Amino acid sequence: MTSEIHSIIDRLRGQPGPLLLVLHAIQDEFGYVPPEAEPLIAVGLNLSRAEVHGCVTFYHFFRHSPPGRHVVQLCRAEACKSMDADKLAAHATRTLGIDFHQTTADGKFSLEPVYCLGNCACSPAMMIDGQLYGRVTNSRFDELLAQQQQDS
Amino acid sequence: MSTTVFVPKDAAAVSVGADQVALAIAHQAQARSLEVAIKRNGSRGLLWLEPMIEVQTAAGRVAYGPVSVADVPGLFEAGFLLGGAHALHHGATEQIPYLKSQQRLTFARVGIIQPANLADYIAHDGYRGLRQALQLSAAQIVQTVLDSGLRGRGGAAFPTGIKWKTVLDAPSPQKYVTCNADEGDSGTFADRMLMEGDPFTLIEGMTIAGIAVGATRGFIYLRVEYPHAHRTLNEAIAVAYGAGYLGDNVLGSGHKFDLEVRLGAGAYICGEETSMLESLEGRRGEVRVRPPLPAIKGLFGMPTIVNNVISLASVPIILDKGAKFYQDFGTGKSRGTLPIQLAGNLKHGGLVERAFGLSLRELLYDYGGGSASGRPLRTVQIGGPLGAYVPASQFDTAVDYESLSGIGALLGHGGIVGFDDTVDMAHMARYAMEFCAVESCGKCTPCRIGSTRGMEVIDRIMVGMNPQQNLTLLEELCDTMVNGSLCGLGGMAPFPVQSALKHFREDFLKFHHP
Repeated sequence: MTSEIHSIIDRLRGQPGPLLLVLHAIQDEFGYVPPEAEPLIAVGLNLSRAEVHGCVTFYHFFRHSPPGRHVVQLCRAEACKSMDADKLAAHATRTLGIDFHQTTADGKFSLEPVYCLGNCACSPAMMIDGQLYGRVTNSRFDELLAQQQQDS
Repeated sequence: MSTTVFVPKDAAAVSVGADQVALAIAHQAQARSLEVAIKRNGSRGLLWLEPMIEVQTAAGRVAYGPVSVADVPGLFEAGFLLGGAHALHHGATEQIPYLKSQQRLTFARVGIIQPANLADYIAHDGYRGLRQALQLSAAQIVQTVLDSGLRGRGGAAFPTGIKWKTVLDAPSPQKYVTCNADEGDSGTFADRMLMEGDPFTLIEGMTIAGIAVGATRGFIYLRVEYPHAHRTLNEAIAVAYGAGYLGDNVLGSGHKFDLEVRLGAGAYICGEETSMLESLEGRRGEVRVRPPLPAIKGLFGMPTIVNNVISLASVPIILDKGAKFYQDFGTGKSRGTLPIQLAGNLKHGGLVERAFGLSLRELLYDYGGGSASGRPLRTVQIGGPLGAYVPASQFDTAVDYESLSGIGALLGHGGIVGFDDTVDMAHMARYAMEFCAVESCGKCTPCRIGSTRGMEVIDRIMVGMNPQQNLTLLEELCDTMVNGSLCGLGGMAPFPVQSALKHFREDFLKFHHP
């Protein structure tokens, strides 16, 4: 892991304002930003560890621990709420048996809230592993989840 | 002879099955030995009809939608390749009233062309604005934008030309053009549709901006929730470099302009311009105290243009057709057109680009078709999570900057979210505070602590604890946040709460203490 992190830092350190680029690249590689990466980034970019840690924790997108095999993001914002996204959220937490920000015991699914996916005319919206879905009913949610089960 | 079928690859269309429909059409065509060329366009913006496919016929493009995979064999049986009748047939796309009555300037090409296809872009009047700009002096370009009356479409509505002039007049060895594509407001998707449907328009607008103010480098700050737009922009930027529209010598003019996309990381506050600059510099997205303005001291301390996607994407047509052409649209101090986004509980959600001045009612009923649920519309929220809730009694208000501010609302980025009569406004008010608590950057106290306290007070109201006293407390808290916060997040998060209290007070008084 250390060598991959070093090569990411080396590749991006010449860019203006490289910290977010580095964090994105690390999360793309590992699925999260491992805590042990922070001191390496600090040294590599000539920043304090506080600056790196402060940045990682500021942004909702960066994870501090590995996610489940599939990441389910449900939109919690107004347009989706107007189309019963709260009921969909209740269905999702019940079906998966977890709350938001949690991962199922078998490590298959992580459930995350998201505030707008820009699909507000096809609400409620959700994303699974970067794939966007609109007009999500409870039954469509179940179907999409079942598809992921099959694929994995 | 091969027939062309357009299947959008806009994220909204894909979210409801456009990719599968495209595959199904290809399979059916093969099985029937018919020659079909599938082209992936952006979305026309009639989002309730997505996936909306179009067939190129002798009489123009004909639309069918919403098409599911199961509909595809039936469409072939009905002879849709010749525009044949079918339950999903809507006739000539351009004649659909929703589209026909629009005035598409900024979105002129969206849904028509293939997004990252430069030849297609140029064939539809693309890069005419840049060619025109290259004939002008920097001051003339800035003057044209100023004369057009274009105001920032991100939400603040500051005159774009004045921003540009400030950057032009600021002497500096390095200047930047940054595009704020952190479209985080719920109910908005115009930026996304444009970047996915016609990315060259944004690239062209930014290039013109760079030449106008003497900036040689541009950044598009794109929210990470938009992976489709990210791919399309990167593809188009690579094509533009390859064809000499970006790089060291733009179209041989001697002007240099480099452009890249930088991704955000899920922080709503980074849509605030100074916070966005912090984020671009690789730091926590905490807002900066102004002054100095970004136009004087912006990215990496240099003079910087910060404009929204739609503002920049409106520049090419202004340069191409002239300031007066654009200025002739609109009303009062709201000039030009506005891409309005109809979202949430509306039957016909989508994108409506019209000159300013339409009434809310026309938008909600003539375009939007009323609620999706069939129940009466009770309220709409305009301008995202920091925008006011407007009650049905005010639906005759005109949609322009001044009229909306006259009723204590704001236009913001032009998103309108419909709610039917089942909405609980105390719940929505609590959500406004919750959202602010989640997204506050934490730099100033009224926003960081006020939002959490606001949530707690509404929680007490919602269990019927001393409602009158707590409502007074909530009103005072809103006042403190509005007047004491450093930026628009804490300063405007109370707007939805205050409007809910003003127009729907009964929703806060229905709770009884157990």
